[in-house]
Amino acid sequence: MLAPLSWLKEYVDIDVTPKELEEKLFSCGFEVEELIEVGKDISNVVVGYVEECEPISDTHLSLCKVNAGEHGTFQICCGADNVHAGGKFPLALIGATVYATAKDHKTIEGVMEIKAGKLRGYDSFGMLCSGTELGLDDNLYPGAGYNGLLELPEDAKIGADVKPILGMDDWIFDIAITANRPDCQSIYGIAREVAAVLGKECKPLDLSYTETEVAKTPFSVSVDASDLCPRYIAHYVYDVKIGESPAWMRRRLALVGCDSISNVVDITNYILKELGQPMHAFDYSYLEGDQIKVRRAEDGEKIVTLDSREFALNSSNLVICDGVKPVALAGIMGGLNSEILDTTTEVMFEAAKFARDNIRKSSRALGQSSDSSARYAKGVDEYTTVVAMKRALHLIEELGCGKVSCTHVDINTGNSIEPQEMKVSVKRVNGVLGIEVPDADIVRILTNLQMSPVIDGDELTIQVPAFREDMESYPDVAEEVIRMYGYDHVTPTFMPTAEVTLGGLNLKQKTELKIKRALCAAGAYEGIHYSFFSPADFDLLRLPEDAKERNAISIINPITVDLSLMRTTLVSEMLYAISRNQKRGILDGRIFELGNIFVPKALPLTEYPDERATLCVGVFGEEESFFTLKGLAETVADTLCLSFDYEPAAKPFLHPYQTAKIFCEGIEVGYLGKLAYEVQSELDMRTPAYVMEIDLAVLSQWYGKYVTFRPLPKYPEEKRDFAFVMDKAVTCAQVEQAIMKSCDFVTSVSLFDVYEGIQLPANKKSMAFSVVFTPREEEFKKDTVDGYVADILKNLNAKYDISLRA
Amino acid sequence: MAELNELTGKIAKIKQEVQNELEKLESSKSVYEYKKVILDGKTGKIGSLMKEMGKVPKEQKADYGKKVNELKAWAQSYFEELDTKFRQEEMRRRYESEKIDVTMPAKKHAHGNLHPVTQVRNQLTDIFASMGFEIYEGTEIETDYYNFTALNTPKDHPARDMQDTFYLSPEFLLRTQTSAGQIHVMEAKKPPIKVVSPGKVFRSDDDATHSPMFTQMEGLVVDKGITLCDLKGMLDEFVKKIFGKETKTRLRPSYFPFTEPSVEVDVSCFQCGGCGCKLCKGTGWIEVLGAGVVNNKVLEGCGVDTNEYSGFAFGIGLERIAMLKYGINNIKLLFESDLRVLKQIDD
Repeated sequence: MLAPLSWLKEYVDIDVTPKELEEKLFSCGFEVEELIEVGKDISNVVVGYVEECEPISDTHLSLCKVNAGEHGTFQICCGADNVHAGGKFPLALIGATVYATAKDHKTIEGVMEIKAGKLRGYDSFGMLCSGTELGLDDNLYPGAGYNGLLELPEDAKIGADVKPILGMDDWIFDIAITANRPDCQSIYGIAREVAAVLGKECKPLDLSYTETEVAKTPFSVSVDASDLCPRYIAHYVYDVKIGESPAWMRRRLALVGCDSISNVVDITNYILKELGQPMHAFDYSYLEGDQIKVRRAEDGEKIVTLDSREFALNSSNLVICDGVKPVALAGIMGGLNSEILDTTTEVMFEAAKFARDNIRKSSRALGQSSDSSARYAKGVDEYTTVVAMKRALHLIEELGCGKVSCTHVDINTGNSIEPQEMKVSVKRVNGVLGIEVPDADIVRILTNLQMSPVIDGDELTIQVPAFREDMESYPDVAEEVIRMYGYDHVTPTFMPTAEVTLGGLNLKQKTELKIKRALCAAGAYEGIHYSFFSPADFDLLRLPEDAKERNAISIINPITVDLSLMRTTLVSEMLYAISRNQKRGILDGRIFELGNIFVPKALPLTEYPDERATLCVGVFGEEESFFTLKGLAETVADTLCLSFDYEPAAKPFLHPYQTAKIFCEGIEVGYLGKLAYEVQSELDMRTPAYVMEIDLAVLSQWYGKYVTFRPLPKYPEEKRDFAFVMDKAVTCAQVEQAIMKSCDFVTSVSLFDVYEGIQLPANKKSMAFSVVFTPREEEFKKDTVDGYVADILKNLNAKYDISLRA
Repeated sequence: MAELNELTGKIAKIKQEVQNELEKLESSKSVYEYKKVILDGKTGKIGSLMKEMGKVPKEQKADYGKKVNELKAWAQSYFEELDTKFRQEEMRRRYESEKIDVTMPAKKHAHGNLHPVTQVRNQLTDIFASMGFEIYEGTEIETDYYNFTALNTPKDHPARDMQDTFYLSPEFLLRTQTSAGQIHVMEAKKPPIKVVSPGKVFRSDDDATHSPMFTQMEGLVVDKGITLCDLKGMLDEFVKKIFGKETKTRLRPSYFPFTEPSVEVDVSCFQCGGCGCKLCKGTGWIEVLGAGVVNNKVLEGCGVDTNEYSGFAFGIGLERIAMLKYGINNIKLLFESDLRVLKQIDD
């Protein structure tokens, strides 16, 4: 929201500097995002009076003697065709800064500093300037667009700074307006706040005009969709003379970035900026049937808007129609068929309130927007709708561009535009804040905010202006009071009236943190990746068409297709992370992520999907192997006081012989494996990678497992080492389990060597295990363990044809 | 007598011989070996002297024994002296041979780090847990009702324009704010409520300073007599713990549909102490979070009696805190798992 200081000053006597005003606005809830000094690039340009001016023969130049008052008199070479003795022009002194222009004298190419120079052998001590060189155009200052020198008024004081004369000493506040204050999306709305924060009066708008006895009959307005248009005001203006707007209006519009078009159109734009009420002007001669009808569009109905774009409409779009056809897309843009032209002589002004949601939706759906639609989408109040029409009619008269008829139609749903009385308890207002704001301050603040407060005991009665639709109850009053009273009055307290509560992490949170810390201790770094992924990831992972991972929730409005699905696996992003690291020259490392996967119960979603906490670990580098990653799986198991079992498995993106499923107490909890070479090369990885995914949602059933101390053995343990010979197909786990099952006293079985080679038949291998026997109630007798060993050997032989290696 | 004199002479001779040989020894090992040889009871030069006792006249035996023992004692102490000397010398040489360049790189045990955002999250949850807050994690996928409507942001509310929402269906969306958790907490639990709710949130924003996913931590307190001053007091404590005990807070008016009054909270710049620097863009203040007194409509919607209870809420962007604290200049770096980045932050 742009608000020029000069415009605000029309309504408030501002006696603080722009910087001070910026701070005041900031303190009461209006952050000035940028404070723009209008003539900030221009310096040391003064009024120069050309005393002598002689053409230099054979050139287009003139040699001038320019009086700059207190600054001296200078010889200036000037190439402009309108330089003449007796004229006053902006003179850029040596050291001045002005805009440099391109050869067309129009395009600004940057800021230049004026230096003493020589043209065609003649010294020149400064430069007489055009409007463009000062950053001005015809809208900002009349005549400034001329391709030559900018002629200054005759009464301009010689040697004086040109900035105040040309309106370049102005400031523009670019203010961020919060969504609860649509009333401040206007110069006058800001002026009200400025007045309140400075404790000054906000001068009333001039709404005066004289209605003639001329009436437009027959003429009628009907609103068929009062839900989308609670108020529609139309007023007929005749004897219209389309022309240029006065300089002051054109300047103001230019300062807030609005082009001047013609007096009548400019009035509507001026009202939009000054009051925040979008208005529209129809050329009445193009309205058929002497009527205005506000209704929902018919399906397929068409309109061409002012910018010559055609739209096919439907019943969710609101249109303004004459007796025959749509003439405006309500709140968004007028129709080309009733546009104000130079020939226009009669105008129907429209000021209306349209439902903000409808305007926003229509604007988005049609891809058509305007300052009006942007304004409506923020919310317009009916008080302002009424005031705006009066102000527009006032301006018609002030500009002398038409006569105000007595044909005025106001179709409304009975909403009051009078202030509404609100009674609140002073105690409750202070109760929100936690401090006691003195009554006198409450009264002062609310008076400044035009709320006419009266305090009687604990009862505060205010009259809420109709434009303050955000004021609903005592917390709103508390906010008004504190933002003007000052937040620095809020003193810190530490919930003296609150009950003591127990805080902290729950079991799931604690356990997840424990897992993370254990993985960190094992050399892994935690990564966080996006919760969305790409449909292309399914193909990267070679997932078959019926893979459960392909059943992913899609985002209706994703940023790109690559971020269009909710993750059903963490592995693809882990692989990308490893690949990125390798591309940056990091060829080994360990990364883990603990995040959710999203499993829909039905698609499209009809209930909350299953968000499953999942752990993904990725390790890469020449030093890593299936077994180093398996070590991390064991780290997780140890952290949770669990033990995992592993079975050979297959995954389409993993090595066919280096992949395993992970089980806990017989329940599958995840998988791990070496990345398939095809995927490795597709991701340009130079070193091998290994990945693991564990479903923590399943694992969480064992969180918080009770840890019991096992007493140390009373009697000495016995350890025996065996080298077995067996078929290559027999697994380590099978042997371990068979040994454990063969004897109750075995407390540990661990593999310490594997041999395959010429000493054994081709289909055989040798595995060597250490087995620990732990006595319980009594010491092992001399031959006890030998007996156990015999049992073990017998079982192994029977089950897997395993024998002791000779 | 002749016997004794002869033997005495022999002892003196042996002493001389031993002395000569000992002087030739060069290591503790040779001392040890020589000692063994010399003192051997059967063959040793000194050890075997006692065997000569038989040859010594009876009355001189004592004298002879004494002399032999003196010789033995002398040899023993000589051996010890030499041994000590050689051992010291050998130790010195051993040490010398093991001289290293202490400036060579250390051998470290590889350990990883938690993600910077997790580190900040843990610091925050620790602080809030110590103040009696529970930690509630909501779901990333939410309904329109919990994310907006119940937070006083009905469908036509202009505040919805503040946040570009990812929709999954007309009803379901990716939560744009952890505030969604407020409602679930209040539906499940009666006051007193003190809860922080950390989690991922999503907005359709993707440029140099925005990431479509980031992490927030919402805080909610509902109890009797809670005021804006309590919000200020709690935030004062919190920022001091996170940014240092000199840190000050400043409240300024703002707007969120679910709080009234609403404030932005700035902290005094912890880099320049408030004098103005690059970090705080010369203002001396850094915006860190949004907060406010919980809107009565939100409380009433959850069945909380606003005549009895009131509350405050706040929302913190964890990436922002991490970036401020650790000087990380680009939010995207936090989601790339670049080990060069992750290795640096261990707080």
